[in-house]
Amino acid sequence: MRAVDALMECLKAEDVEVVFGLPGGANLPTYDAFYDAGIRHVLVRHEAGGGHAAEGYAKATGRVAVCFGTSGPGATNLVTPICDAMMDSVPVVFITGQVRTDLLGTDGFQEADTMGMTLPMVKHSFMVQDAQDLPAMIHEAFHIARTGRPGPVLVDIPVDLSKDDIEYLPRTEVELPGYQPIIEGNQRQIRLAANALAHSRRPVLYAGGGVISAEASAELIALAHAGSFPVTCTLMGLGAFPATDPQWLGMLGMHGTRAANYSMDEADLIVCIGARFDDRITGKLDEFAPHAKFIHIDVDPAEISKNVPAHIPIVGDAKNILSRLLGEYRATEADPARLDEWLERIQAWKDKYPLSFADSEDSEIKPQFMIQALHEATGGEAIVTSDVGQHQMWTAQHYGFPAPRRWINSGGLGTMGFGLPAAIGAQIGCPDQMVVVVAGDGSLQMNSQEFATVVQEGLPIKVFILNNGFLGMVRQWQEMFWDNRYSHVDLREHSPDWVKLADAYGMKGVQLTQKESLVEDMKAVLAMDGPVLCDVLVSREENTFPMIPAGAAARDMVG
Amino acid sequence: MNEQEITGPMSLESLQASVGVRTGRTHILTILVENKPGVLSRVAGLFARRGFNIDTLAVGPTEDPDFSRITLTVDGAVHPIDQVTKQLHKLINVIKIRDLEPGEAVQRELAMFKIDADGARRAEVLQIVEIFRGKIVDLGQLTIVVEITGTSEKIEAFEQMIRPFGLVEMARTGEIAISRGGTET
Repeated sequence: MRAVDALMECLKAEDVEVVFGLPGGANLPTYDAFYDAGIRHVLVRHEAGGGHAAEGYAKATGRVAVCFGTSGPGATNLVTPICDAMMDSVPVVFITGQVRTDLLGTDGFQEADTMGMTLPMVKHSFMVQDAQDLPAMIHEAFHIARTGRPGPVLVDIPVDLSKDDIEYLPRTEVELPGYQPIIEGNQRQIRLAANALAHSRRPVLYAGGGVISAEASAELIALAHAGSFPVTCTLMGLGAFPATDPQWLGMLGMHGTRAANYSMDEADLIVCIGARFDDRITGKLDEFAPHAKFIHIDVDPAEISKNVPAHIPIVGDAKNILSRLLGEYRATEADPARLDEWLERIQAWKDKYPLSFADSEDSEIKPQFMIQALHEATGGEAIVTSDVGQHQMWTAQHYGFPAPRRWINSGGLGTMGFGLPAAIGAQIGCPDQMVVVVAGDGSLQMNSQEFATVVQEGLPIKVFILNNGFLGMVRQWQEMFWDNRYSHVDLREHSPDWVKLADAYGMKGVQLTQKESLVEDMKAVLAMDGPVLCDVLVSREENTFPMIPAGAAARDMVG
Repeated sequence: MNEQEITGPMSLESLQASVGVRTGRTHILTILVENKPGVLSRVAGLFARRGFNIDTLAVGPTEDPDFSRITLTVDGAVHPIDQVTKQLHKLINVIKIRDLEPGEAVQRELAMFKIDADGARRAEVLQIVEIFRGKIVDLGQLTIVVEITGTSEKIEAFEQMIRPFGLVEMARTGEIAISRGGTET
């Protein structure tokens, strides 16, 4: 059969239920195979939209997502989602067309060195040189994307090879001698960690997106409850520990809560689980958690001691390690009373510094109020995707995620325009769940072409624009750190009329401006059939607080 | 990795972390890789991304045609080696990495020198070549080409000796290394 027909068989063997993509010259044979392969294909309007949709699907479901694009500009358009997936460890297999093998390296029409330009931002990549190798490569790509620390894998297929006739033998087992992710944590290290926890007086559990990737949320909660340990999560980890739990400290880092950041600052033992001490977490590295020893649990050995030296490194799968750590900790029979003073101190911070904002005295909608209203209108039960900027931070702070895989955003790369396409993937992956986008009026314009995809697929996504008419986070930094010199951040005058834009795409559009009725208005929007674009006008110059200024220490939070 | 003994009641103060140390010596990393396209650029790219300088680099086949060996030297005084080694391990095509201690391995490098050697000075040059157990591989009217094999130090010593006579060109392979005795490289 043709290599591309074998490709379809491989996708079926991997239980792929949907792929996102856009055809072009160099993947015409692939799209010919799609014609009657019986695999759902979602046609996006821009490859970046396809890549982010695949990410949204993977993040919402935990499954490997698939995205197709053509050569040259198709591939360059995929560079952003590939890099985004790498930074946030999202399992996506990207399959690109490439020019004919005899044109490779000749600046052929729509030729780009796809392998070369994505080399630093893929978990692995393959370039097909013999069509007979394609099926094995596809299965290896899925295996690599899914296992260990998940990530993007690229398969680049020259168009002439994709038409080659090959012998297809169904098989999914892979042979990768150089790839054996460590799953089992070292028993001795786990016991040492349990011992350290039992001897700590000011412990904090600091969980990241790795807990969600490893499906280890239940184990994290069990450990926290067993030891009365306070828990904070990174932006990527939100939902791994329920925001309703009394032991929840809130998010940590640049826009985290004071309770979380002060706890890290005074802790004597920090257990980092599936997180990577990013600069948005540590602030000034020299003054980060100065009294703490660190237990670092991660499936990726290269993360251990990368930024902060680990006193007890444990390499392996978080689910495996946390459940065993719980057993070992119980065996220590540590006296819970040793933490009383610490937990009182934390409670005092929580009481003194709750996330708060000065509400308007008229009907103007404060952005924080909008997110709290959205929480109320959705019952806190929605899958929420977001773009990048102030609205993202406000959502992270105020929505209060109760469970994993409900909060889908671009953390590491910080990709504006992520939210709408990610919601497409999330809604397709979770058709029975409520999916909402909290979009920035700046970000949304970076991928608004995907409204066509939303309507085409009949997805009931509700998009709420937190519309302040600014590139808000940049404006905030210009206000705070650049002497109020607002340079090229005002979008208001030349933004589209969002209601008309929705109409143009054949979907409903509404504008909300009244604080008093906001929750009810949002409920009405959520009750509408089909997709709705909801333009919420909010205070223009509200700042996201609290904040650790870049390069400052946690105890020097402002706002 | 830390492997502390757990003895009796522990104190958190006793926990030690060591990482990112600059070792202050040259490291010879020998990297066994799958013989697949793009492997060398993946390896080199890892160093480049971190601003690490590779001092020498040699690539060639091994006893098994499916695998190649990359030998590279990096200055541990300038760059923390452990982080880059961990990153190299993450590359799917990398099978094995060894950071060879100087004592446990044999290192060799080959270099060729084109030297001005006309008339009276030729005898003197040949004498130096003899002392370094070099080989004359090309003999011309005005120049000779000398092949020297040995450790990098020997090659550097020869270079210094010969430079005053007029070093026209030099080409070096970069070091390769193999472990001593029965242990695998």
